[in-house]
Amino acid sequence: MPEALDTTAKEKLPAAEPATVPVPVDAKPEKARSLWSDAWDDLRRSPMFLISAALILLLLVMAAFPGLFTGASPRDGDLSNHYLGAANWTNFFGADWFGYDVQGRSIWARMVYGARASILVGVGVTVLVTIAGTLIGVLAGYFGGWLDAILFRLTDVFSGIPFMLGAMVVLTTFTERSVLVVVLALAFLGWTTIARVARGSVITIKQADYVTAAKALGASTSRILFRHILPNAIAPVIVVATIALGGYIAAEATLSYLGIGLSGVSWGIDVSAGKDQLRNAPHVLMMPSVMVSVTVLAFLMFGDAVRNALDPKMR
Amino acid sequence: MTIIDNTAAAPAPRSADDGSTPLLEVRDLHVEFHTRDGVAKAVNGVNYTVNAGETLAVLGESGSGKSVTAQAIMGILDMPPGKIPQGEILFRGEDMLKMPAEERRKIRGSQIAMIFQDALSSLNPVLTVGYQLGEMFRVHQGLSKKEAKAKAIELMDRVKIPAAAARVNDYPHQFSGGMRQRIMIAMALALEPDLIIADEPTTALDVTVQAQVMDLLAELQREYNMGLILITHDLGVVADVADKIAVMYAGRIVETAPVHELYKRPAHPYTRGLLDSIPRLDQKGQELYAIKGLPPNLLRIPTGCAFNPRCPMAQDVCRTDVPPLFDVTERDGGELPGRRSACHFWKEQIHG
Amino acid sequence: MAELGKKDDAVEKADATPNTTAVEVVDAATEDAAVAAIEAPVERGEPILQVRNLVKHFPLTQGILFKKQVGAVKAVDGVSFDLYQGETLGIVGESGCGKSTVAKLLMTLERATAGEVFYKGQDITKLSGRALKAVRRNIQMVFQDPYTSLNPRMTVGDIIGEPFDIHPEVAPKGDRRKRVQELLDVVGLNPEYINRYPHQFSGGQRQRIGIARGLALNPEIIICDEPVSALDVSVQAQVVNLMEKLQDEFNLSYVFIAHDLSIVRHISDRVGVMYLGKMAEIGTDVEIYDHPTHPYTQALLSAVPVPDPEAREGRERIILTGDVPSPANPPSGCRFRTRCWKAQDKCAEEVPLLAVPERFKGTDSKAAHESACHFAEEKDVVHAA
Repeated sequence: MPEALDTTAKEKLPAAEPATVPVPVDAKPEKARSLWSDAWDDLRRSPMFLISAALILLLLVMAAFPGLFTGASPRDGDLSNHYLGAANWTNFFGADWFGYDVQGRSIWARMVYGARASILVGVGVTVLVTIAGTLIGVLAGYFGGWLDAILFRLTDVFSGIPFMLGAMVVLTTFTERSVLVVVLALAFLGWTTIARVARGSVITIKQADYVTAAKALGASTSRILFRHILPNAIAPVIVVATIALGGYIAAEATLSYLGIGLSGVSWGIDVSAGKDQLRNAPHVLMMPSVMVSVTVLAFLMFGDAVRNALDPKMR
Repeated sequence: MTIIDNTAAAPAPRSADDGSTPLLEVRDLHVEFHTRDGVAKAVNGVNYTVNAGETLAVLGESGSGKSVTAQAIMGILDMPPGKIPQGEILFRGEDMLKMPAEERRKIRGSQIAMIFQDALSSLNPVLTVGYQLGEMFRVHQGLSKKEAKAKAIELMDRVKIPAAAARVNDYPHQFSGGMRQRIMIAMALALEPDLIIADEPTTALDVTVQAQVMDLLAELQREYNMGLILITHDLGVVADVADKIAVMYAGRIVETAPVHELYKRPAHPYTRGLLDSIPRLDQKGQELYAIKGLPPNLLRIPTGCAFNPRCPMAQDVCRTDVPPLFDVTERDGGELPGRRSACHFWKEQIHG
Repeated sequence: MAELGKKDDAVEKADATPNTTAVEVVDAATEDAAVAAIEAPVERGEPILQVRNLVKHFPLTQGILFKKQVGAVKAVDGVSFDLYQGETLGIVGESGCGKSTVAKLLMTLERATAGEVFYKGQDITKLSGRALKAVRRNIQMVFQDPYTSLNPRMTVGDIIGEPFDIHPEVAPKGDRRKRVQELLDVVGLNPEYINRYPHQFSGGQRQRIGIARGLALNPEIIICDEPVSALDVSVQAQVVNLMEKLQDEFNLSYVFIAHDLSIVRHISDRVGVMYLGKMAEIGTDVEIYDHPTHPYTQALLSAVPVPDPEAREGRERIILTGDVPSPANPPSGCRFRTRCWKAQDKCAEEVPLLAVPERFKGTDSKAAHESACHFAEEKDVVHAA
C-alpha cells in the first residue's frame, strides 16, 4: 500500500507491475484489494484487535442473553445472604459466584444484567451521535456558506456545555430514567465531536480532484455526496466513534454512581452502593468497578486498533 | 559491486582539504523498508564520493533510491521501517553509521546541511524567519538574541532577499515560494557546512525562479567551497550546475560520468532512454521516444540487471547476471576518467 | 443546493457566486435548441471553442456570518482565444498566472465573473440544467495529480464506468462493462484490471485511467491541466505519446495547460503564454518558440534548463528579478512591467492590448502574431547563438 510507505520513504514506491504486459511478469497474481479489505487484513493481524473484539463479543452476548450466564435474578434478594462475602469461586456461573450484596442479591447476576444497560447506552449513544454528527458535519462541510456558519455556531454552543454537568442537569429533570432517556441525554450533548470530525474530513475531501472530476462529468449532488465524499470521509468518523463508545459507557456508570443515571440495574449504581462497605465487603465494590474498567478498556483498545488499520499514517 | 576509486571519480576537485580522503564517501550502502507486503529494497549497494567544492548530481526517477540515500547520509531515515543492513557512510574518513548518535547530530547540524523540496513545510509556520535563522547561532554558537538576529539579517542578505532587515520579523507564509527556498538555503548555510545535500531544491518552483535559485546555490557553493549533492529528476537542471553525475535506477548507480560526457555519449541504455524521451525546446520532434514499461517494483526487483524488462538491448545475460560498474574506456582503450556503466553492453551503447 | 455545492475552492472561502445572472431560467424550447446545437458536429478547421474576455475574480471577504467584500483576487482578467477542431492549444505560464482557473472556467466548474465561452455558438458560461449536462459530455478534463484524481474507494471499472451512470444514454447498461474494458485497452492497460483499485497502480497507469475516464463519453474537447507534470520522465513520454495517438484516433481538440515549455512545444499546434491573469502572447508553436516578441515569453524560454550542457552555453539567459506580483493587487498598465527590463512610463499607464504589433503588421514575418507589449521586438532565445 503506497500510502503506508509514504510515511517512511519520501519517494513514492511503485507498487504494481507493468501494464503493457498482459500477463504479470511475476508469478504471484495481485488480487483486487480495496482500502477496506486492506484495513481488515491489518485488523486481523493485530493482537490488540483480537483481544478487544473477543471481550466485546462476550459482553454483547451477555447483554443479549443474560440467561446464558446466570440463573439468578438481579433484582430478587434474600436478606439472609446480606453481604455474604466469601465468594464461592468454584461455583462457576452460579448465583453465589462472587457473593451477595447488601440486599442479598447475587452480584454475578447483577453484573450480567448490568452489561445490557452499559452496552445499550454505549451503542445507542454512539449510533445516534454518529448519525446526527455526520449529517450535520457533512451538510456544513459540503455546502459551506451560511449553512456552515449557522451549524457551526450551533456546534460551538453545544461544545461549550460541560458534558457531565450538562448531562446531570438534563437528567435531574426526569424522575424515571430509562435507557432511552439516558441515551437521548448523552447523545444530545455528545454529537459535536463527530460533527467537527466529519466536517473537517468532508472539507478536505471535497477539494480532491476526483470530486472535481465527478462534477465535470455532470454528477448530481447526491451522487457526489454518497459515492465520493461519504465513503472517503467516514473513516475518521468511525475511528472517533469507536473510541468514544467506551467514554459513553464510563459516562453512564458515572451518572448512575451519582444517582442520576439509570434507574434500573447498572454497574454504576452498584459501585455507588459498594463504596460504603469497602472495609467489610470489598467484593461488592470490586466487581462492578472491574466490569466498568474492562468494558471501557475493551472499547478503547478496539477503537485504537480500528484507527491504526484505517489510518496507517497515524502510527 | 566495485567500489568507486575516489581519485579517479573526482575530476579535478577545486580544493582538497587533506589530499587523500574525500569529503564524503558512500560505500556499498543498502537500505530496505519492511512493509506489510514484504521487504522493499530501496538502495542496493550505492557508492559515491564528493569532494570539497564539487557538485555531484544524483539523477533518478521516483523509487530510484536517490532521496533514500540522502536521508541515510543525513541520518533522518525513519528506522523502522527503514533499515541499513550493510554499507558505510564516511564523512572525512569516519563512518557515520558507527558513530554515537550525539556525535552524528553535531556533524548533521554544523558540517552537513540539507535543503528540501518543500520549503513551506520545512519551516515552522508560527516562528518568524529571523528567529528560525537565528536559532542556529543561539544553539550552536551560544550567541545572544540580538547578535543572532543580526546574523540572521546578514544571512538573508547573503541569499539576496530584498529588504532583509525589514523582513526578518516576517513569518514563512508571508514569503513567496522562491524566497522561502532562499530562506532554506540561508538556514543550510548558517553554520557554513562543508557539505550541502539539496533534494529537488527547485522542483516546486517556477522556471524563472528556478534559474535564480540554482544560480544562487552555485554561487554560494563556489564562495564557501562546499561539496554539493544535488538530487533531482530533471536532466535540464543537472546540465546547468553539476560537475559529475550519478544516474540511479532501482537503488543502484547505473552510470557515472562527468556532466558533458554523459549528455554527449551515454554509456547506459537507461540514460540514453531518458535523454531521448525529453522533448526539445528548440525543435519540434516527431513521436517521443518512450522507455517502455514501468519503473521496477522495489518489492520484486527483476533478476540480473534491474532495467532488463524495459531495455531495448537486453540479452539473456542481462536477465541472469547483475552487471557490475564497468570502467568505461574509449574504443581504443584510452581512459575516460570518472566514467562507469553498469551495463553488460556498455561498449555497444557508447561506441555504437 | 446545487448552486451552493459548486463553490468548493479554497480561495473562494464560501462566498456566493457573484454573477447571479449567470444562471438564467431557460424555458424548455430554448433548452432543446441549445442541446441540439451542442450535439451537432463541427467542421474541421472551424473554431470549436471561442473564449471572449473571460474574467474570474475571487472576492476576498471578511467576517463569518455577515461577509463584507474587501477586494478580489483577479485570477483571470480578460482572456480571449479560439480553439479549433482537432488542434492542440498549449497554455503556459507560472504558478498563479490563472491557467488552472481558465481550465475550471472552460469546464464550468467555476462560474465566470464576466466574459463568454462559446461552444458551437452557445455561451456555456450561462447554461444550466440539461444543456449544461450536454456540454459536459463533450468537454472533458484530465487532471494533474494521478494520486488524487481517482476515488480510492472505487474500482477502476467503477471509475471509468461512472460517466455512463451519469449519462446513461451513451452506453446501454448491458454494454458498459465491455465499454470500460475497451477503454482500458485503448489507453494501454490490461482490461483484466477492471476490478482493481487505484492504489494498486503506479502514477503513469493511474494517469491512463484518468484519460480513459475522460474519453468515456466520446468528448470533442479535452482540457488537460498539467497532465504529465506529476509523472516520472520516462513515463511522461509514454503518456504524451498516448495523448497524441488518441487525438488522431478520436479527432479530439486539446487545451493543454502546463508549465513545462518543452512538452507544450512538443504537443501543441498553437501556444498562449499567460502572465498574471492575462494572455501575454499567442501564436503557432514556431511563432512563440522561435520568434517570441513579448519580453516575458523571452525570459520564460531563456530560463528553461536545457538538457544539453553545450547548447546551454551558447544561449542567452534572461534572469528575471523578483517574484510574480499578487493577483489581488496587480500592477497598473502592463502587468509584467515590474519585472521587465524594457519597462517605460507608458507601460505603467497604458494596458497593452493583445494584438499583432504595429511594426510587424502586414509583414509575413513569423513575429507577426498577437503579443501584448508596447515594445514588442523579436528575439530568439531558444537557439544557441
